Amino acid sequence: MRKHITLILAGLLSLVLAACGGQAQQSPTTAPAQPATTAPDQPTAAPASPEPTAAPAATAAPAGGTPAQPAAGGQIERILARGTLICGVNNNPLPGFATVDAAGVYRGFDIDFCRAVAAALFDDPNKIEFRPLSAQERFTALQTGEIDVLIRNSTWTLGRDGNLGLDWAPTTFYDGQGMMVRKDSGIETLEDMDGATICVQTGTTTELNLADQFRARGLTFTPVVFPDGDSTRAAYDAGQCDGFTTDKSGLISSLTLLSNPADHKILEVTMSKEPLGPAVRQGDAQWFDAVRWIVFATFQAEEYGITSQNVNDFLNSDVPEIRRFLGIEGDLAKGIGLSNDFAVRIIRHVGNYAEIYDRNLGPDTPFNLPRGLNALYTEGGLLYSPPFR
Amino acid sequence: MATEVSRPTSRRAPRQQIGLIEWLRKNLFSTWYNVIITVVLLYVIVQTVTSFVSWMVTAPGWPAAFTNIKLLLTWTYPVDQLWRPQAAMALVMLLLGLSSGLWGGIVRMVALGAAVISVALGFVAFTFPDLPGQTSLPGWLFMFICAVLLVGGDQLARLVGNKLRWPLIIAWLLAYPAVILILRGGIGLPVVETKLWGGLTLTLILAVSGIVLSFPLGVLLALGRRSSLPVIRTFCVLYIELIRGVPLVTVLFMGALLLPLFLPGGESIDALVRAVIAVTLFSAAYLAENVRGGLQSIPKGQVEAARALGLNVVQTTLLITLPQALRAVVPVLVGQFIALFKDTSLVVIIGLVDLLGAAQNIVGQPEWLGTPGGVWRETFLVIAAIYWVFSFTMSRISKRIEDQIARSRH
Amino acid sequence: MAAGSPPLPSGKVTIPFYRDTRIIAIIVQVVFAIAVAALLWYLYSNMMNGLRQANLLPTFAFLSVPAGFPIAESVIPYDPSMTYGRAFVVGILNTVRVAGIGIVLATILGLILGIARLSDNWLLRNVALVYVEIVRNVPLLLQLIFWFSLTRLFPRIQESIDIGGLLYLHNRGVTLAWPQAANDFDAWMLWVYGGIVVGVIYYVIRRIQFARRDRPGVALPQAFLIAVGMAVIGFFTTYFVYGAWPVSLSIPELQRFNFVGGVTVTNSFAALLVGLVIYTAVFIGEIVRSGILAVSKGQREAARALGLTPGQTMRLVILPQALRVIIPPLTSQYLNLTKNSSLAVAIAYPDLFYVASTINNQTGQAVPVILMLMASYLSVSLLTSLFMNWYNRRIQLVER
Repeated sequence: MRKHITLILAGLLSLVLAACGGQAQQSPTTAPAQPATTAPDQPTAAPASPEPTAAPAATAAPAGGTPAQPAAGGQIERILARGTLICGVNNNPLPGFATVDAAGVYRGFDIDFCRAVAAALFDDPNKIEFRPLSAQERFTALQTGEIDVLIRNSTWTLGRDGNLGLDWAPTTFYDGQGMMVRKDSGIETLEDMDGATICVQTGTTTELNLADQFRARGLTFTPVVFPDGDSTRAAYDAGQCDGFTTDKSGLISSLTLLSNPADHKILEVTMSKEPLGPAVRQGDAQWFDAVRWIVFATFQAEEYGITSQNVNDFLNSDVPEIRRFLGIEGDLAKGIGLSNDFAVRIIRHVGNYAEIYDRNLGPDTPFNLPRGLNALYTEGGLLYSPPFR
Repeated sequence: MATEVSRPTSRRAPRQQIGLIEWLRKNLFSTWYNVIITVVLLYVIVQTVTSFVSWMVTAPGWPAAFTNIKLLLTWTYPVDQLWRPQAAMALVMLLLGLSSGLWGGIVRMVALGAAVISVALGFVAFTFPDLPGQTSLPGWLFMFICAVLLVGGDQLARLVGNKLRWPLIIAWLLAYPAVILILRGGIGLPVVETKLWGGLTLTLILAVSGIVLSFPLGVLLALGRRSSLPVIRTFCVLYIELIRGVPLVTVLFMGALLLPLFLPGGESIDALVRAVIAVTLFSAAYLAENVRGGLQSIPKGQVEAARALGLNVVQTTLLITLPQALRAVVPVLVGQFIALFKDTSLVVIIGLVDLLGAAQNIVGQPEWLGTPGGVWRETFLVIAAIYWVFSFTMSRISKRIEDQIARSRH
Repeated sequence: MAAGSPPLPSGKVTIPFYRDTRIIAIIVQVVFAIAVAALLWYLYSNMMNGLRQANLLPTFAFLSVPAGFPIAESVIPYDPSMTYGRAFVVGILNTVRVAGIGIVLATILGLILGIARLSDNWLLRNVALVYVEIVRNVPLLLQLIFWFSLTRLFPRIQESIDIGGLLYLHNRGVTLAWPQAANDFDAWMLWVYGGIVVGVIYYVIRRIQFARRDRPGVALPQAFLIAVGMAVIGFFTTYFVYGAWPVSLSIPELQRFNFVGGVTVTNSFAALLVGLVIYTAVFIGEIVRSGILAVSKGQREAARALGLTPGQTMRLVILPQALRVIIPPLTSQYLNLTKNSSLAVAIAYPDLFYVASTINNQTGQAVPVILMLMASYLSVSLLTSLFMNWYNRRIQLVER
């Protein structure tokens, strides 16, 4: 009786399926082709100025290029064609590292490194789309190519480097896991915390370190695990946990967000090594190199004493190393797919490492975080750039 | 335990005049246990209402919701582009007004209700802060304009009459893409990335997309499930039961994680599009079951009569069974829309900021750290009220339609 | 041409194959199957390509690797040195725990609500109506977050609200005294087992007698009474014989950070349970209400005319009949409750979905994790459906 219906049905279904496939394929191409909004005067974060040539190039590149094998290379071309860098950042405000100010502009240490990458690529630190990501979704976003680079206080570990299919650029911030407690709890060391309840964010290395540290010391604890940093902090603030653990930098910035910061303190103990740095998807060596050397350039600029203020003076320098670094001599950067003057672009728009650090975490900020390990190797720190030659 | 008052029949019983005392005795104090229940309940109600009202009056957190009303409604949609959501809403209001004039009945009731709510909100909106450098209309003015569009559209359509019928139907069909186009931009308008969308706008978009986009798929699945072809039937049954067996969160999670993997590498899908796809695939399974219920309710005689008149199976389905089935399931579909409207709050779990997400963000704002007890009660109450007004109104509409259908059958 | 059309005059007339509905049907199905398979293959190969490039080929090997992450509460022993597989099981059991308790409580509350909606007390009827209209028009997730936030208003654990030294309320949950086995517990358990055995034997014998006389009868309550009676007698006998109760009460004591002893129900669990029960009860209440309304009025009147009290009428006449209308939609509400428990992820209760997403995050194995997640929910749904269908058949049989 219903054979004719089903005939029609099958036709319709296949149409729908075809439509679905078509739709899904279209959506990525529409994404790059946007002439973004221009904010009136202030440099808004996400929207970049319209790039008339970028739009057709964007649609042409993935279609005419090698769409099936993106990871073999060509990430830089894709970004350039798209006209914006997509940078994965923290979705929860992490003061000092990534926050959105009242005007809707992203600011912070991590954000400045996103801007450095954009500056190196486009000579414009605002050609970025920020993609806020939770700890849970950040690596997936990178794996699936939704973002170009992840700069979201993410710890470099063997497991992530290998099993998650990621590559880490040099560490931009050497951190370690700390523990915050109430002053009136009388806790001085981790050993005092046997049986305590501890707030921790899920999907982080912190969660794993916490378990390891307590197990190694033979202590028991009850975890209270939240999917995002805000809830974790709020629960600790309400007294639902005795301790709150995350990277020390995170603790310091959280301290300013507690209802009564004076009641809390951060324990001396450092529970882990937390080298935080930009991560990219494994498989595109050129793009990985580019991000890596962009970070090194900020170190090297500090070492040479080149800042955003005096970079133009250095363009006339006679010192061969500096001339090579700034791309006046040779064409070193070609090999990593960047323009020869990428270091100049970074320094001019974003500054060297010290400028980035001081702007976001230095003495003039509420955090006043000592440089510690995050100083140049010449000053007892760990920042060391291979030679630019 | 008496049943509810039965519906008035055509032959009306003589109305009994009963006094207040009599009413109280009959309805509140009929037996000893009813006396106890009444007294206890009265005590509880008085306690709850008084403490709630006194809290409402003294609660310090109201500014949190009201100063952030822009975040709740549109999240980070650019301030200088806010006229676009307003234009989209005005468009829908105008269409609703016109439909009200043309079709009357329930549509008029909906339009009138919307007009009243608009005026009421217009007065509330006087208290809202002005946004800096905005190009949009102030909230109060906009709400009044909405009311004017509703009533004006109604009057206009009555004047023009039935000539409007087909243009209006076409306009409704185009309304969804038009609204998306206005919000996102592209042709002539600057693009507003979906990353910036959020708040109530996002909630509504997700719910409407869920129903509109899942409709064709759902109908096909319903027909497929009743098909006599085993392969197609099996496929439809498997799909429907698989989706209905898992929570929406897992489908959203799948959308977020697997959809990007399904495409040829390197290309990404917008997070909102992924959520919409997930919601659509989810909603289609439920819609299919609802439509199937409607199809089953069509008496067999209808089909046989149609066949006897010489219609073939396709014609019978398209002209006889499906229209009737769809009309019968309209109330259920409204119910499904309500459910979807509420359930889209789950997208906070995959990182989109809908109405609930916006509220959670507001609660976490550092400004409110000093407020004792936090501002979550006030903020959540405000958005609960928003959700409630929408869902409750729609459920009443659905009830009306149901009653009307039931009446037309007699 | 459909099957119902009049037979053709002679078999000699051959229908061209493109007019033969049977052949067309087969062609359509083959085309459809190929289209679906092609689409799935296309998606699958894309996925595998991407995963291969990211060096993330799906494997279940991670299941036997130590998980390393802690889980706040668990029914079975768990610590971070155990495997991902174990962690997943912990998640399943946590979901089953909250869903199981939630289903029982929601049914009770829903039953009360459904009856209250039909009460002849105007106030009760309308209070129930207001409750229903408020709860069902607000998203469950919002309600859960509300209940969870509410737990923050309780005092810190050091200043717990103390109710008789047996129950403590604090912002980490509820700690209450809980019975635990004492030295002579085994001796008492002998009595309990004995009671069960005697009860079962009694029940079987009675059933056989009923069957022989071919008359229905009631045996279960008596059997139950026998079993409980044996247990109670044993309880006191143990005390008189050994001089100590077989079960002692574990009294919670506040240590430096947390309570030791007793049982602590975490605030996440409590908020999830309360939210799910209150929400689901509304829908169950409506089902109960329409079930009761479906029982014809004559039944009620007849029962009252026979001299049954309103309570007896409800219990013995109305509810048993209403149950048959109630069970099928009730099943879908139970399934909804189970599925809705996945919202636990927002309020830090480590249910199945929560654990699965943590595993995905730690291992990057999205595909296996999602497969396991969906399979788990489907089997929980399937088991619930099977049980409810069995129960449904059982009560339908009673009707005869």
